[in-house]
Order: sequence, then C-alpha cells, then structure tokens
Amino acid sequence: MSLIETTMVGEETAGETPAVSRPEQAMQEDLGADFQTVGEIRVDNPAISTTGVQVYYGDKHAIRNVSLDIGRNQVVAMIGPSGCGKSTYLRCLNRMNDTIESCRVEGEILLDGENIYDKAIDVVALRARVGMVFQKPNPFPKSIYDNIAYGPRIHGLAANRTELDEVVERSLKRAGLWEEVKDRLDAPGTGLSGGQQQRLCIARAIAVEPEVVLMDEPASALDPIATARIEELIDELRENYTIAIVTHSMQQAARVSQRTAYFHMGHLVEVGETTQIFTNPRHKLTEDYITGRFG
Amino acid sequence: MSDSKTVSPSFEKVQASLAKRYARERRFRAMGLGAILLGLSFVAILFITIIGNGYTAFEQTYLKLPIYLDPQVIDPEGTRDPEVIRQASFRNVVRQPLREMFPEVKGRRDKRLLYKLLSGDAPHEVKERVLDDPSLIGKKVELWLLADDEVDMLVKGHIPRDTLLEGSKAKLVGWVDKLQAEGRIEKRFNALFFTRGDSREPEQAGIAGAVAGSFYTLLVTLLLSFPIGVAAAIYLEEFAPKNRFTDLIEVNINNLAAVPSIVFGLLGLAVFINWFGLPRSAPLVGGLVLTLMTLPTIIIAGRAALKSVPPSIREAALGVGASHMQTITHHVLPLALPGMLTGAIIGMAQALGETAPLLMIGMVAFIVDVPQGPLDPATVLPVQIYLWADSPERAFVERTSAAIMVLLAFLIAMNAVAIILRRRFERRW
Amino acid sequence: MQNSLILIVLLLLTALGYHFGRRRALHSVGGAQAIRRLHSLPSYYGLYVVLWAIIPALLVMLLWGLVQDTVLNELIISTLPTEMQSLPPERLGLVVNDIHNLAIGNITSETPSPAIEAAAAHLRSLQATADLARGLVVLAIALAGALFAWRAIAPAMRARNRVESILKGLMVASAMVAILTTIGIVLSVLFESLRFFQKVPVTDFLFGLQWSPQIAIRSDQVGASGAFGAIPLLVGTLLISFIALVVAVPIGLMSAIYLAEYAGPRLRAWAKPVLEVLAGIPTVVYGFFAALTVAPFIREMGESVGLDVSSESALAAGLVMGIMIIPFVSSLSDDVINAVPQSLRDAAYGLGATQSETIRQVILPAALPGIMGGVLLAASRAIGETMIVVMAAGLSANLTVNPLEAVTTVTVQIVTLLVGDQEFDSAKTLAAFALGLLLFLITLSLNIVALRIVRRYREQYD
Repeated sequence: MSLIETTMVGEETAGETPAVSRPEQAMQEDLGADFQTVGEIRVDNPAISTTGVQVYYGDKHAIRNVSLDIGRNQVVAMIGPSGCGKSTYLRCLNRMNDTIESCRVEGEILLDGENIYDKAIDVVALRARVGMVFQKPNPFPKSIYDNIAYGPRIHGLAANRTELDEVVERSLKRAGLWEEVKDRLDAPGTGLSGGQQQRLCIARAIAVEPEVVLMDEPASALDPIATARIEELIDELRENYTIAIVTHSMQQAARVSQRTAYFHMGHLVEVGETTQIFTNPRHKLTEDYITGRFG
Repeated sequence: MSDSKTVSPSFEKVQASLAKRYARERRFRAMGLGAILLGLSFVAILFITIIGNGYTAFEQTYLKLPIYLDPQVIDPEGTRDPEVIRQASFRNVVRQPLREMFPEVKGRRDKRLLYKLLSGDAPHEVKERVLDDPSLIGKKVELWLLADDEVDMLVKGHIPRDTLLEGSKAKLVGWVDKLQAEGRIEKRFNALFFTRGDSREPEQAGIAGAVAGSFYTLLVTLLLSFPIGVAAAIYLEEFAPKNRFTDLIEVNINNLAAVPSIVFGLLGLAVFINWFGLPRSAPLVGGLVLTLMTLPTIIIAGRAALKSVPPSIREAALGVGASHMQTITHHVLPLALPGMLTGAIIGMAQALGETAPLLMIGMVAFIVDVPQGPLDPATVLPVQIYLWADSPERAFVERTSAAIMVLLAFLIAMNAVAIILRRRFERRW
Repeated sequence: MQNSLILIVLLLLTALGYHFGRRRALHSVGGAQAIRRLHSLPSYYGLYVVLWAIIPALLVMLLWGLVQDTVLNELIISTLPTEMQSLPPERLGLVVNDIHNLAIGNITSETPSPAIEAAAAHLRSLQATADLARGLVVLAIALAGALFAWRAIAPAMRARNRVESILKGLMVASAMVAILTTIGIVLSVLFESLRFFQKVPVTDFLFGLQWSPQIAIRSDQVGASGAFGAIPLLVGTLLISFIALVVAVPIGLMSAIYLAEYAGPRLRAWAKPVLEVLAGIPTVVYGFFAALTVAPFIREMGESVGLDVSSESALAAGLVMGIMIIPFVSSLSDDVINAVPQSLRDAAYGLGATQSETIRQVILPAALPGIMGGVLLAASRAIGETMIVVMAAGLSANLTVNPLEAVTTVTVQIVTLLVGDQEFDSAKTLAAFALGLLLFLITLSLNIVALRIVRRYREQYD
C-alpha cells in the first residue's frame, strides 16, 4: 500500500515548535516566561474560556501560559507564523492532543464553565460538543450520506431513518452543499472536488450539532474560488455556532473573524477585535507580522 | 583529441585502461545475468521434474475381464440380501477369468504372480458393483477392474521392460502384452487418487485423507490465528504505549518469525500433547502449532496494513466524536482489512506447506480413513508427500509427484488470490 | 453435554442477552425518543451483557476441558485393585489407555480383565456425569454473567467505555500470545533438556565426538550405554549449511545486483516473482527433489570421474537447500542495495567509474554490513531447515567435512528420535529436546546478531 502519507498526527504537530532558522531577529526574541498578553483576553459569556494553558511535547514547551476566551457565536481567528503554536492550541480545545502520547496539557480550559481536562469528562462526548474540521479535506471513503450520518449514528442523535435523512439534509444545506449533491448522496465522498470535500467535512462536523467548531486552516488546500465559498460559509455558520479558526492567511482572518489572536513562539502575544488588530496593533511583534515583516 | 598537446597524460592512461575496464564490465554483467538464468533454470528444472514424474498419476491402468458372477459363490440361497452379498468372498470370482484366459499357467508361484495382475482392491470393486445391481448375479459381464501398480508402471513405461524381463516377474510382461493386444488394457482418469485415503498399495492410495486433514488443520489455524493476529496487530499499532513491555512483544514477534519450524513442533509435543493431553495426530493440535507459527506473519502484515491507513481518516472520525475504538472498528479496520487478509492468506499458504512441526506431533501415522473432524487422527498433504517419498515402490514416485502438483496448485491458487486482493484493494492516498 | 450443544445454547443465550440488554437500556430512559439521555448507544448495553455472558463461560469451559481428563484418570486409578495401582507408571499408563479404549468401544491390546471392564464402565458413567455437569456449570455461569451485567444497566452507566475496555483487554491478551509462545518454547525445551542432562552430562553432550543414541533394551546388550555427543551433528549441520550458502549467496547476490542495477523494467517485472516462487515452495518438495533427482545426479557425476559419492551426500542436500534460500538472499540484498543513497552512486559516476566499478567499489562496500546481516539470517534459516535434510541427508553421524560423504544434522536427529513410538522418559527422547534447545539457541543468537546488524545499517542511511 501507498506510504505517501506517512506523517503521523504527532509528528505533524510536534514539528510546530519554535523554528530557529528564520533570519529575522524578531522571531528569535524570547518573550520570557512572565510575558503578559496584550489586549482583552476575556469576553462576556464565553463559549470556551482558557486560563494559563501550557502544552509540552516531551521536553518541548509548545504553548506558554495562554489565556483566552472564545466568544459565543463569534468567529475567533488565530494567526501567527508557522510553528507559533496556534494549531496546537486549537487542538487542546477538543482534546485532539490526547492522541499524541508525549503531549501534556496544563492549565484550565472551560467549556460552558466545565473544565474539559477534568477526569470526569468523557472525551468522546466532549468532541461531540466541540467538532473539528482539518487542514486537508478528509472524507471517509464512504458515501456522502454515510459521511454525514456517521456522527449522528454513533451518538444516537436520530431515532430512525427519517430523522437521520433530515439531519443529513439540514447539515448539507447549512454547509451549502445540498444543491450540488442532493442527487448523488450515495456517491463516494472522495469523488467530490477539493472544495466540496471540505464543505462535506464541515457538514459532517455540524451534523453532530456541536456548540463549537474548530477549523484548522480549513481552506489552505483549496483554490481561491473554493476558499471564498468556505469563507462565506463560515460567516453564515456563525449564527448557530461558535467558531475558532486557525489560518495562515491574514486576509482570511480579516474577512471572516470578529476577534483575532496573534500567536508567537508559543505565546499569545495579542488579542482583540479583528479591525483593531489589523488597523492598530498594539504590540510590536503583531505589527511586524501584520505588515509582513516576517511570517 | 587529434591535437595531442591538449590531452593530458592522465587522459591517455584512462584511454589505455578503458578496453580492459569495459571487458570487466561485460564480465560482471554476464555474471549477473548468469545468476538470474541459473535461478530461473532451477525453478524450471524443479517444475519439469515434478510434472514430468507426476502427470501420469492422473491416469490409472484398468483391465477388462469377463467376470462370471457365480450365484453359488455370491448368494447360494438366492435371497439377494445385501448382507449376504457383503459376506461373500469375491476373490475367486475375479481370479477365475484370469485362469481361463491364461490356461497355460501352472504351479502355485506362477499362479500367484498371475493373480497379481489385478489390484487387491478388485474383489471389493466387483462386490460394490453387485451390491449396486443385484440383478447381475448369475450373468457373465465384462468389467473394467483396477490393475496392480506393477502392471500400471509397465503400461506407463516407468519400469523398463528389460529390467522386468530379467527378474522373477518376467512372465508378467508377456501376459500384459497379450492383454494389451486383446484391447483389455486401458488407461483411465484416476478418480481414486482424489477420493481415497492412504494405502500401502500404490494403486489404491489417494490424497483425500491428506487433503481433508490439511483442510481441518488449516481451518483451526485460520479460526485462531486471524482473530488473534488482527487483535494483536491493532493493539500494537493503535493502542500500545511505547514502553519496555511493548518493545518486548515486538522483539518476540520478530524472533518468533525466525525460529525453526521444528522447534514449534517440540513445543506442540511438550505442551499440547504431553501437558494438556490433547490427542496425537489430530488436526486440532496441528492447527494450534501452525497458529503459533503463522501469528508473526499475520501480525506483521496486519500492522503494515494499519500503518498504511492515513492519519487524516483517524482525525476525521475523532473530530466528530468517535471514540478511539469506534474510530478503529468503523474506519481504520475496514480500510486495513484487505491488507490483513492478504497477510493471512500468505500465512495460510506457509502453513499449508509446513511439514516438520507436524511430524513432531504424530501426524505421520499411517491413516487410511478420511478424517471427519478436527479431532480424528489425520495426516496432511505435505506429510503424505513425505510418507510416499519414503516408500520403496516405483509407483509411489509418480503419486508423490502428483500429490506435490496438487499441493502446488493449492499454493498457487492461494497466492493468486492474495495478489488479486492486493491489486483490487490497493488504495493510493 | 456435547461441546456443540453447549456452544449453540451459549450463542442463543448471548443473542437473548443482547436483546434484553438493549431493551433494558431503552426502557431505563423511557423509550427511543429519549435516547440522548443514555450515556452510550443502546447496542453497547446489549454488547456489555453479551461479553459478560460469554467470556467467563468460555474460560471455564476451556479450563474444565483441560482438567477433566486428568481428574477422571485419577479417579479411575483410585478404584483399580491395589496391585494394579502399584504398577510402574508406564504400565499403569497402558492400563488406563486400555480402559479408555474399552470405554469408547474400541479394541484393547489384550483381553480385558473384569477389573478393567468394571473400570471402563465406571469411566463411562463418570464421563457422562462430568460432561453433563460441565454443560450445566458453563451455562449457569453464562446466565449469571448475563444477569449481573443486565442488572447493572442504568442510563448513566458508561457501557461503551466498559465494552471498549473489555475489547482492549482481549487485544492485550492476543498480543501476549507472542510472549507466551516464546516462554512456552523455552520452558518446554529447557525442562526436558534439564532432565536429559541429569542422565547425560552437559559436557558429554556439547563436546562428545560420538553420536549413537541407542539405549539398550537389556542391560547386558552390546553398546548399551549409548553416546550423546553433539559435535558430529553440529559439524554435519554446518557443512550442509555452508554448502547451501556457497550456492545461494553468489547467485542470490548477483541476481539482486543485476535486477536492481542492470535489468530493464520488463525483465524485473517477471524475473523477480519467478525467483520468489522458490521461496514459496514447501520444503518437503525440495526434499523430494533432492532425493529423487539431485542426489542420483551427483552420484553419477561422481562415478563418471571416478569419485565415490554417497547416495545421501551432504553435497546434494546442501545444493538443494542453497536453491531454497536463493530468494531469501536476493530479496534481502535487494533491500540493502536499494538503501544505498543515490548520492554515492552519483559521486562514483561523476568520477567516471563504470557501472560495475560503482557497484563493486562503492555500492557493495557500503551495503556490506546489510548483506552480512542477510547472509546470517539465511544461515540461520539453513541451520533450522528440516525436511530437505530429513529426506536427502543421512542418518549416521559421521564426523567429516567431506561433502561427498553422508552426514546427519541436528534437525534430522530430532525427527528420527521423536517420530515413531517413544517413551517420554528415555534419554533418547529427551536428547531430542536437548538438540532442540541447542538449535533454538544457535538460530536465536544468529537472528539477534543479524537483525542488529541490519538495523544499524538501515539507521546509517535513514
């Protein structure tokens, strides 16, 4: 069998540790352990509220003391140079990091006031509440219908076939894919185009009716037109869901998000209203990044 | 080049050595090609020898004799009761026509030789015929009866006439010639070879018992090794933490794959037979031993198959809230299954050809009956080959080769299935 | 009760258990509408009941089956007349065997005495009782397990997690089989070997130059002592393996080189699988080939040049074994040759080396450790090979390195000592286990060394 895709989850993320080979001086500046994030980390009635999050991969300290709120029915964008820890932070929010053996998470992450790293929390139930969409579209090699229906099935969300049909239709409609695939729900999900596949994955995520949807560079593997569709979709989804999105594109962050968080070498440097971050950054590193001095 | 001044002296040296170097290059290449041709010719010689020796075993010599089914011998009371017929001796019934055809044969020794034209199975054959159709009793019928293995060898030309003419059985040649001239000798498809168990008499010996034994042994092996192997592969690949204990298991699996098969036989003898008291010669024990032998193959193939499923599938399932176990059973396992099956088939093919460990647990006994279950004493196809290869009769050489052809046919079929499976389900991610 | 009957009832029980487990889970929250109040999907509650019903029951059934015969035998022996009970263990074993045969209606070795007939009848009734009891106990345990699990069902019960941890436990157990096998091998050969070394000193075994494992039937017989010196066997094994390697290494290595470096894709596409056919042929076929074709051929060749060649010469067995391990050597060499980085080749070509010079002076030296590892693995395979030598090599233990003479090997002796009737206590039988231990240790150490070399080689270029 093909071994083209051999990168393990762990390696991929473990690689996102501070990069040292960048020429820019700013990149290598250590902010120090007692660095304080600039901007308003707290919001009213947050969906997720994190305090003092630390992540270690073995000996590597990948996330340093990050505190941040993710507002309900908002889109929060996380930006920063690659290796800054934004994806790692995102993966803490539904404990996807659990799949990596050497990974250790400290601090407090509250979902609706409950600490998700609490022993009593069932990680499976948690992921049903905090869904995730990945960088590369990853439909199951099954039919479009089964892709969407999988989550509702394992969580017992539909009592019978009719209800399940409704869930599938509703999810596909919300993901803006219904019109394109309604006649071929039995066709394999892998046969769709890249952009359609990613919208399928979004539909799959929202079919479970999560409160929060995490998106890890959801448009990075797509062409501009497909990207535009995804961005529109994210904006529409905000009505019903809380969304945290990691992106490497500042324009995308500016277009889709209400709040933006800038990460740098494992630190959360600055967070604030998106318009403020892009027009009037307060921290030097944010400014450097926004103006394209590195990253 | 024409201007010698621009050419450095070292270049001239290079030029001078070139011819030699190219000759060496050609020799090296020829050696490589020779090695391949040698290897290929070994394959060819092996197959030609086996097939050349074996194909004749699929036909067997039969004699046509006019048999008088004497009611006085078979059923004196005229009851036509099958029990009575079964009790009757048909030995004379089949010998009578031989005596009539060759009235010149006198003396006990010569007569005994004459009777040896027919297989020892011939009376039984006639009896079956009569049991099928009792109305034949009292009639004279022309029946095709199984010939003795020596006649068979002579007719097929496996024993040179000259050597036989010199020996004590010289007269046999003349009789066979006469029968052949009368059109009373014919080679027919050898159905007995596929329906009978083992026998001391080559012409009656078949592979049915060994094939059934192999079947039950492999059945036990498959039923045990596939679930255990898959479960172990999943644990090691998907769940096991990286620690000393898992390392130990891995080292163990790799080493077990290279332990000589006969040592597994010793294990089977000491543990399954002497300690657990399981029956000797039983396919169940053979299956247990072969399970332990094939497990490493299945586990290693299973892990490779699991590894080839891309992590994005796992993430997708985990991302919608599937548990680790659900992710594996719903998504990873179905995708890895063809690869695991391929490994299992290859493991089964190895197990099918395995001989040495089965000798240790008593599957070499001479067993005539076809086993009916995994607890009956049985032998397997490769052991049958070993047993026949050890037998002195010339006719067994032919049967051994034929049994090898059957075994190889099974192996080729299994490997073909594995290859097709791999091609059909190979996925590029 | 019959095994099959027990299994069928057990299956029925589990099916019912699944149904009722599911139903109870649904009832506990008041029907399918409120399914989200359940911690897990209803089917997990069903599965939970099933696992509790079947696993303990099957375990008990297995254990019972292992113990039943031993216990029954003890019971039967205790009812026999005292003079029979005081028989030596082998004789007593025969008596018990007769009783068993009589009980299942087979013929016995001698006309049964009344005591034995009574014992047989007793055994039959005991067996009937034991079988029935086993069936009832197993089913009772299954029922109890199912009930226990069924009663525990409640909306908050984490059925999925419990089912999954049971499944995970089963997986760990499966992975443990590999360790158990190794332990089993070591213990079974070690235990019997130790008993052997009580009869024959270790030094005699390891350094003795004589191998004639005859044990006298009467004590005054000639050659009563028997000799258990393993040296002739080891020499014979090494001789045949050496011949095999002399055949296989050049052919395997050269064909691997040719296929990797010279051959076009078409030749590679069909020559490689055809060569690999050699690896898939059962060893018994090679044995037959060696005995039937190769040995007579070598004998005739020898005769034609005036050499006296034994019909079971080491040469014939070694040659055929060599053919068998050609694909082994070639596929391992292929791996290591392909692992040599392209940059090394480029460097050689860039200096103007010919292809064969590149191969011989750059690739082969770089690949040498890997090839050595492969050769060691092949050697271990040759040393442990059984059927070829059983069928084509001799039985008599000559201490010679002349490939034209007959020698015997460790594996041949194991087979001859253990095939056929045997008493389990005689030095002859135990000697086979000592040889097995020797074989296991030799091949194991070869493998460990070889795998280490190969791994270090791989790491060098990774």
